[in-house]
Amino acid sequence: MQYSQKVMDHFMNPRNVGEMQDADGTGTCGNPVCGDLMTFYVRIEPRTDELEKARICEIRFKTFGCGAAIAVASMASEMAKGKTLSQVIDLSRNDVTDGLDGLPPVKMHCSNLGVQAIHEAIKDYLTKIGRQDLAEKIRGCPKEEH
Amino acid sequence: MIYLDYNATTPTDQRVIKAMLPYFHDISANPSSIHNAGQKARQAVESARATLAKMLKCQTDEIYFTSGGTESDNIAVKGTAFAGGKRKKIVTSAIEHHAVLTTCEYMHKFGFEIVKVPVDQYGIVDLNVLEKEVDDDTLLVSVMHANNEIGTLQPIREVSKITQRHGAIFHTDAVQTVGKMPIDIPSMGIDMLSLSGHKFYGPKGVGALVVRKGMRFDPLSHGGHHEQRKRAGTENVPGIVGLGKTCEIAIDEMDAEEKRLRKLRDRLWQGISTKVSELKLNGHPEKRLANTLNFSVKYIEGESMLLQLNMNDIGASSGSACTSGSLEASHVLLAMGVPHDMAHGSLRFSLGRFNTETDIDKVISVFPGIVEKLRAISPLYKPSITGMHKE
Ligand code: FES
Repeated sequence: MQYSQKVMDHFMNPRNVGEMQDADGTGTCGNPVCGDLMTFYVRIEPRTDELEKARICEIRFKTFGCGAAIAVASMASEMAKGKTLSQVIDLSRNDVTDGLDGLPPVKMHCSNLGVQAIHEAIKDYLTKIGRQDLAEKIRGCPKEEH
Repeated sequence: MIYLDYNATTPTDQRVIKAMLPYFHDISANPSSIHNAGQKARQAVESARATLAKMLKCQTDEIYFTSGGTESDNIAVKGTAFAGGKRKKIVTSAIEHHAVLTTCEYMHKFGFEIVKVPVDQYGIVDLNVLEKEVDDDTLLVSVMHANNEIGTLQPIREVSKITQRHGAIFHTDAVQTVGKMPIDIPSMGIDMLSLSGHKFYGPKGVGALVVRKGMRFDPLSHGGHHEQRKRAGTENVPGIVGLGKTCEIAIDEMDAEEKRLRKLRDRLWQGISTKVSELKLNGHPEKRLANTLNFSVKYIEGESMLLQLNMNDIGASSGSACTSGSLEASHVLLAMGVPHDMAHGSLRFSLGRFNTETDIDKVISVFPGIVEKLRAISPLYKPSITGMHKE
């Protein structure tokens, strides 16, 4: 597999790996293509419903998947850390793959999971603080298609 | 690089290369030519054919040189199907190599009924189902000798008894066993057999199809009168010489080599399985190629293990969906009933001639760390719980 140096670096030394006790939000997405799994945990500060103010101050993830999936999760976690929720909601899979200097074509689908699972964690946070209305506007994991 | 991917391909043995070299320039005439130079090339081709026949216990004129296993499988399936006749059924197994499976599926287009016989948990073809499926309408039964992914050996003699009862042709893809274990075509009841040079230290791009006398099959490539008009095209003389040489070496060395590899393979499994928890061996524990070790590591994925192994200069392979171009998990493991997540975490080490005990011990020493690292990342792994409920 021809992976970029950045991918290999994030794969060999993934940042922000782990779980989180009492996370403000958690999100898990599965990859319908090959059956992989990614879970993100976020801590938010300040814990407000103002998307421009609330920031992801801490982030952790766990991944069951290929090298690309692990690198994607690591890169996505770095990109989301310290950002406001509105900034993170704007993050796309392309931002993550660009950050990794690209992925082989057959691995592009692995890039979905990272941002989706973080968005799912944000949805979870917003729901927990009583803002389902905001949560519903965010696309998290793709819905099962069968 | 510690190369443990011999079932994918093998390096060409230096002795084979040496035998081939004169046939690129010095003895490079066309074996079909009348002149002396041509006849020298012809002799080399025929002497290679004789070596193959000796190794497989068949007749020299039953051997047709091809470009390798895939072509041999294609001729076996399409050639018999196109040869005509009333029979319209092809029976194969669910764990065949794609060269057989896809070719069989293709014949569906030409009005053939294709049946894939299931396998048990060890990857052994279900003889009861085979017995039921093979009937007097069955033209061809194709069941491989040993599976490339898991190494499981098929009950060839039992299969041929069934095919003989119904007058069906029995083809076996023996690409993984030729040169690694003794094969006796007549006493095993084999009608057609595919083999490939590069799977046992010969060059890539050469193989053979053995067809017992009396079997009807059409050529795939038409043209000159080569290979008894069954495979047109100037012979790959250096390749064929290399194939002959690699068979000659195999005849001498395979018994001792089989024992040596079995010991190394078992040492590898012993070493890994005592250090790493929650592994599952894939394939039959005994009825299996001596060089093949396939197992699943719970909670983690194969490609990530391969990448980590590669960083440690170790080359292996996996049946994970993430390593296949099609993003589908190994059809072999799934056919054996291995759950999807375990197929995902499967790993194959296939050993060969140039592996040493030092190689194996290096793998044993680095592998547990790789598993630990990846399990630490996995959301499926809960050490506190799994530690208490070891299987
Ligand atoms: S997670 Fe399966 S290919 Fe990347």
